[in-house]
Amino acid sequence: MDVERTALPGIGLRYEFQTQRGRRMGVVTHRSGRREVVIYDPDDPDSTTECVVLSGEEANVLAELLGGARIVERLAELERQAVGLVSRQVRIHSGSPYDGRALADTQARTRTGASIVAVVRHGEVIASPRPDFRFEAGDVVVVIGTEDGTSAVETLLANG
Amino acid sequence: MEHTALVLLELGAVILGLGILSAVAGRFGISPIPLYLLAGLGFGIGGLAPLEAAEGFIDIGADIGVVLLLFTLGLEYTAAELFGTLRKGAPIGLLDIVLNASPGVAVGLLLGWGPVAALVLGGVTLVTSSGVTAKVLNDLGWLGNRETPTVLSILVMEDLVMAFYLPIVTTLLAGLALAQASIGLAVAAAAVTVALIIAAKFGGIVEKFLASPSNEVLVLKVLGLILLVAGLAERVHVSMAVGAFLVGITLSGELAHSAREILDPLKDVFAAIFFVYFGLQTNPADLPPVLAIAAALAVVGIGTKLVTGLVAAKRAGVGKIGAWRAGVLLIPRGEFSIVIAGLAVAVPGMASQLGPLVAAYVLILVVVGPLAARVVEPVAKWFIKRRRRPPAVAPAG
Repeated sequence: MDVERTALPGIGLRYEFQTQRGRRMGVVTHRSGRREVVIYDPDDPDSTTECVVLSGEEANVLAELLGGARIVERLAELERQAVGLVSRQVRIHSGSPYDGRALADTQARTRTGASIVAVVRHGEVIASPRPDFRFEAGDVVVVIGTEDGTSAVETLLANG
Repeated sequence: MEHTALVLLELGAVILGLGILSAVAGRFGISPIPLYLLAGLGFGIGGLAPLEAAEGFIDIGADIGVVLLLFTLGLEYTAAELFGTLRKGAPIGLLDIVLNASPGVAVGLLLGWGPVAALVLGGVTLVTSSGVTAKVLNDLGWLGNRETPTVLSILVMEDLVMAFYLPIVTTLLAGLALAQASIGLAVAAAAVTVALIIAAKFGGIVEKFLASPSNEVLVLKVLGLILLVAGLAERVHVSMAVGAFLVGITLSGELAHSAREILDPLKDVFAAIFFVYFGLQTNPADLPPVLAIAAALAVVGIGTKLVTGLVAAKRAGVGKIGAWRAGVLLIPRGEFSIVIAGLAVAVPGMASQLGPLVAAYVLILVVVGPLAARVVEPVAKWFIKRRRRPPAVAPAG
């Protein structure tokens, strides 16, 4: 996919691209941290019809929403590509022995061969959690490995 | 004691008044510059309530205003951006200068004001107000449009042209003999070039010296440096405005960001004082006689900028409506035109009508420009449709 980058002297940068369905959209990044999402007029590719101004914080939230979904998609893709490799989403229940304990305590990789690659908490994706990451009840743990390995992690997280 | 009280009362009244005017301008989404100018006209020579005690402060304040205006303008650009734009857009920049400076030069010569005044008027009619245009772009959400980079690069080029133009004008206005003036010009050109190179290559050293986590240290250091360089530039007839502009270009990145944040309020105060000061020096009674010339010059100025925008946009491959938008965006003239005229009116022997003419010219275009931007799209669409429509009478055969 081609993303076109244009310098806007005195303001910042503009990135635009065309979607597969033929709509053009872009993002204007101001040096001040302000962001604008612009959507081009389908009839006149020179003009924008929509221009949504985002503060730095709002832009971060939008990026997380788009980015989080992308990580899950990419996992699914990975699964399709590598035969024999599956991803599984395991929920930490409130009775789980690992509720409140660190990721390192599970020793999941040594014990099962499968890896914990992400945790979804309150709708946010925490990619590549660190060994000292503490699980909470309600977390959804994304595991990648063989069929046996991932189901072993599921049992491990449920029963210890 | 009596005097101090009077100065404070007058200053307070003026600044509070400007605050209210700025609020009114914000309410209607227009630039406050025309209102500041009108306020100056009201307080000044022959105005409703002439100021006396506060004039000394306003006098100096106006100079600081120019310096800070140009400094923040320089902050907007990095040296790399300036050089990059110059390389790509030089032909358009040249067209812009030829088309838009000529009407001013012609009027100056026709009125018999002499070549220096003609040069000043040429500068006044040339420079688009980058402040007003940037605000219009933001307000109308036009930053994503295809023609926007073209418009912005014209603004950048004009500002860069000013870095060479202002020293030339300052030298000529100083009334130096030809030989002396040409030495002055050479010095000015060399100083500007050296400063740009320093900005491009050694900006980091300056930033290292200025950087500080404390806002207090930063504001004092930066302001001190700006005033020092501006004074030095003025001393060698390079113009304080250019000195400040170059300091602005030298700073970039994080430091530019924090410098802008802490100096912006200061700039707002002193820039407003500068516009008032320009109005103060203009006698409202002088306006009516030059109004017709100013209006004619404004009409021509709209036309020449439209042509510049249309050609530049077409060259960049932008469609018709976008090209019209580009032309209209270039119409507003503002702070820079006043800065140029401000240099000239302070010189004894300069045509006394120059100030009023420029004031009227800017008042017209700074209002017309943003308004035109709001109506250009429907008008351009109608215009294009009408031209596409087949003629009413079918040609024979």
